[in-house]
Amino acid sequence: MHILEIARHILAALCLLGGASLVLAGASGVVRLPDFYTRLHAAGVTDTLGTLLVLLGLILLSGLTLLSAKLALVGLFLFLTSPASTHAIANAAHKAGLKPRLGTWRSEPEAKEDKGA
Amino acid sequence: MFGEGMGYAFSLLIAMALLWLVLSGHYDSTLLLSLGGGSAVFAVFLAWRLHILDDETSPYHKLPRFFIYWPWLLVEVIKANIIVVRTILSPVMVLTPRMVRVKTLPGTDMGKVLLANSITLTPGTVSVDIDRDEIIVHALLKELTAKEGFAEMARRCAWTWGEKEEVS
Repeated sequence: MHILEIARHILAALCLLGGASLVLAGASGVVRLPDFYTRLHAAGVTDTLGTLLVLLGLILLSGLTLLSAKLALVGLFLFLTSPASTHAIANAAHKAGLKPRLGTWRSEPEAKEDKGA
Repeated sequence: MFGEGMGYAFSLLIAMALLWLVLSGHYDSTLLLSLGGGSAVFAVFLAWRLHILDDETSPYHKLPRFFIYWPWLLVEVIKANIIVVRTILSPVMVLTPRMVRVKTLPGTDMGKVLLANSITLTPGTVSVDIDRDEIIVHALLKELTAKEGFAEMARRCAWTWGEKEEVS
């Protein structure tokens, strides 16, 4: 029983840490990617696996309570609504005539960029 | 017509009542419970008045298939997440952005919505527009635009919305 409790907390902490790192990775992607459409994809990481892991961690922390059910509902509604909002933004840009950058794109290594500046 | 409509109304009522119970957390006060039940009935009445009491509002008979589809989608989302995170965290990012047209297999509106939303939910691909029976998709990497992958997803969406009997 006691071991299970400890395992639950460690698992919850791992989930929260993983989720937070994914959100951070998504945020860095939003900054680093070149144009509007590609940035949407980085935000998608934050929307899906990032929030999922954070919610999972919180559910593990609260155990079998009403709070967990509410958190699960938050997850369900997020998964139903976040693609709708992402599509709305992408569709608005497309309708407004924003052209995506196509073909192959390579980012310059950071160090090189510093020298040039 | 009446029998089917009652099924939608009843399943929506149960869903609303459960939602109220979970979100409020009141189980022991008769007054509050009856008020909650009343609000659930009122919500169903509004849906009936709006003439939206159909299989899109309360698709209870499709729920079992959704519980088969969602785990599959979750695995796809996780796989795509790993690819995208690896790309955006690499020191030198190499991107191959594409705009591709994906043929939708689902014939109904909700089947198409399900497919378009699944594509958007998967990181690395965003559905930008819909053109009759094609979805215009923007993809971050060309690896993510494999025709077979989209075809598989379309097949499963059509199956989930009850347009096909087997996943095959």
